[in-house]
Amino acid sequence: MRPILSVEGLKKSFGGIIATNNIHLQIEQGEIHAIIGPNGAGKTTLISQLSGDLNPDKGEIFFNGHSISNMPPNKRSLLGIARTFQITCLMLDMSVLDNVTLAVQAQNGHSYRFWSDARHNNQVIQTASKALEQVGLLDRENAKASDLSHGEHRQLEIAVALATQPKLLLLDEPMAGMGTEESQKLIMILEKLKPHKTMILIEHDMAAVFALADRITVMVYGEIIATGHPKEIRSNPAVRRAYLGDQELHGC
Amino acid sequence: MDWVLFVTQILNGLQLGVLLFLLASGLTLIFGIMDFVNLAHGSLYMIGAYFCATLTEITGSFLFGILLAIPATMLVGIIIEIIIVRRLYVQNHLDHVLATFGLILCCDALVHFTWGPEGMAIPLPVILDGQIEISPDITFPTFRLLIIITGLIIAGTLYLVITRTKAGMLIRAGASNRTMIGALGVDIKTLFTLVFGAGAAMAGFAGMMITPITEASIGMGNDIIIVTFVVIIIGGIGSVKGAFLAAILVGFIDTMGRSFLDTFLKLIFTAESAETAAPALSAMLIYILMATVLTFRPQGLFPPKGR
Amino acid sequence: MQILTNFSFQNRSVTLVFSVLFLLPVYTSLTGNEFYLDLVNRLMILAIAAASLNLILGHGGMISFGHAAYLGIGAYSVGIPAYYDINNGLLQLFLAVTVSGIFALVTGAICLRTKGVYFIMITMAFTQMVFFGFVSIEEYGGDDGLVINTRSSFGQLLNIENNLNLYYFILISLVACLFLIHKIVRSQFGLVIEGSRSNDQRMRSIGFDTYRYRLTCYVIAGCMCGYAGALLGNFTNFISPEMMDWSASGELIFIVILGGTGSILGPVFGAAAFVILEEWLSSLTLYWHFIFGALLIIVVLFAKGGINGILTYFGSGK
Repeated sequence: MRPILSVEGLKKSFGGIIATNNIHLQIEQGEIHAIIGPNGAGKTTLISQLSGDLNPDKGEIFFNGHSISNMPPNKRSLLGIARTFQITCLMLDMSVLDNVTLAVQAQNGHSYRFWSDARHNNQVIQTASKALEQVGLLDRENAKASDLSHGEHRQLEIAVALATQPKLLLLDEPMAGMGTEESQKLIMILEKLKPHKTMILIEHDMAAVFALADRITVMVYGEIIATGHPKEIRSNPAVRRAYLGDQELHGC
Repeated sequence: MDWVLFVTQILNGLQLGVLLFLLASGLTLIFGIMDFVNLAHGSLYMIGAYFCATLTEITGSFLFGILLAIPATMLVGIIIEIIIVRRLYVQNHLDHVLATFGLILCCDALVHFTWGPEGMAIPLPVILDGQIEISPDITFPTFRLLIIITGLIIAGTLYLVITRTKAGMLIRAGASNRTMIGALGVDIKTLFTLVFGAGAAMAGFAGMMITPITEASIGMGNDIIIVTFVVIIIGGIGSVKGAFLAAILVGFIDTMGRSFLDTFLKLIFTAESAETAAPALSAMLIYILMATVLTFRPQGLFPPKGR
Repeated sequence: MQILTNFSFQNRSVTLVFSVLFLLPVYTSLTGNEFYLDLVNRLMILAIAAASLNLILGHGGMISFGHAAYLGIGAYSVGIPAYYDINNGLLQLFLAVTVSGIFALVTGAICLRTKGVYFIMITMAFTQMVFFGFVSIEEYGGDDGLVINTRSSFGQLLNIENNLNLYYFILISLVACLFLIHKIVRSQFGLVIEGSRSNDQRMRSIGFDTYRYRLTCYVIAGCMCGYAGALLGNFTNFISPEMMDWSASGELIFIVILGGTGSILGPVFGAAAFVILEEWLSSLTLYWHFIFGALLIIVVLFAKGGINGILTYFGSGK
């Protein structure tokens, strides 16, 4: 089967500092592909190039066989690529439901509808509610997004991305700053999504990574040093040297 | 084309450009470092002009008038910074705009109250009042030439201060990366106050230099401040180099447009329609320039690096 | 008042405000105090202009410091045809709205590619451009402005040479504009505009070409303010570049902030507060601008959230 996403020779630098270099990556349909690496390895820069928030200096990105290398983020979203942000990036002064409603609206063709009430569009609201239900936020739908707890923000990040009906979900440290209990809850949510979505997951929480990932890519200093199944990564000496402490590996 | 007029207008353009730079450099630094939008920068230009006019009247000397009015205007700037502006840095741009709009109204009313509705002229000393012979055909007012020279000296000094001194290093660092100066452990409060004061002094000085030509009047700063905005938008907000080049460019284009656009249009259109269109078009020329620059470079010609 | 009760506006204060406006001419004709009618006319026109500004500023987060340009364009769209004895009101209104719309489209296309301070200054500069443009056209009075001898004519339909008719024409326009904005803000389009104010990056990331939505919103606001300008020209019978002086744009922002950005009646309260303040202060002292300016500074510095909060409190009738 053709990979859903393939990345060839991606390079991005900021004023002489290379953030990602020579990235080759194939994401298979239906897998959860984790990207791990120490801070500053260029993981978020990579995600941002995949989502279109940054344009690569060099290299190509193919989504379902079509080049999307220089497509703006809104068009990629319409093709079925959705991302979440490491640092919460939501419409904070709007309600939880509005946040998700907008995401649904975006996929419904244009929103140049000036007359009928957006909040009474049953079809849109139903889809939005479903996305909230999937992440367990339905009971908070009328709260203002800024009033949510940190954990709930992370959940809403995912709900907004889900509401765009993505084929490929890019998750940038969804568990960042979460307690153990909240992380567990989120792992369960992602597990439930697994049969329906392809996901790229950046995460520092190794328990989560090894619980969820089908394959793992390890990045160090902007380059990929290894890609493989969790078992292979665990036993890869280069990875051990460069990144994973033994302790962490045995801990999970 | 009339040669003499052409050279004279080039010098006039340069003079306007230099004046605009005195205003724009302060404004662009204040924005670059403090992320603060100061609509009331033109009020300091006006205050400088009135101070200088009064002090010249009292001392009987234009030179003393200027030498006393510069620190006085700077002091006003510093007081405004400490009482009002300092509290605004943490607020958003809309608040900046509203508060400094209020400040303009206050300044205009205060000047009206203190000096009355009439404008104030500054008589030039005899030595500056004449014409200077540049070539056998071309003469140019001595005072305007003095404006150009002092303006260029100030621009040069500013360049040296910014590139060669520690304060300048901090200013450059601040303009390209605001969080950095905080990280360097500098007394930001004082730095901000000084930059604001220096900006006030330069704006005030510009006002002093124009007053012998046009008189000090209420609201004189409000028209020129928008042209100054155009300058820093074209130059790239936060960049002193951009402000300088854009100021000269805008000065030239505005002056040239006003004097030669009708001649130019007459080549293309009928004399009558050229004469109707030229004034309107030349008044709009610098804004059209701004729109053109922005279409191709939304960040201006020389945006500070690293933003 | 049938229309009003059909409005799904949230509360009774809307009905109350418009009842007062509706009945005001009865009061003024009984007492013979025409002055108040003039004041309220001005208030209502400013309210339309402010409401249109609120659409982009309050809802869209686009801080335009050049909104008065559209007042001017609208007013000149009445004045210039009238100068050539073309008094067809529909044509004049059409001109006011379309020319404003085109100006908004062209300048907005440039402004909206920039953010923050750039946006503020560029909107200001473009308005100044129009200002100087009209100042230098001697044919239409230049600096001194132009007297409009005949108001817009709507044939047999409506005669606004009659002050009472003009008053109701403006009132109905106000109601229609507020209703329109009310609908737009709650529509899918309005939600996108709010979203893009709140977090433009995320909005793009979920699939919106926010630039186009914001530009559309900018054009709508321009058209509406152009319409207000046409009313203004008719009301004052006089046009001059001063209408689009940048302090006029500042005053519109002040009205929006004073009235509160969130509520439908905000611009009306803001305009009322502004007009009353102006009348009252200018009767007190020649230097009333000082008090006005100081008030602005104090509101920004010390009243967190502006008078905004206080007025929505009264405005919502709680």
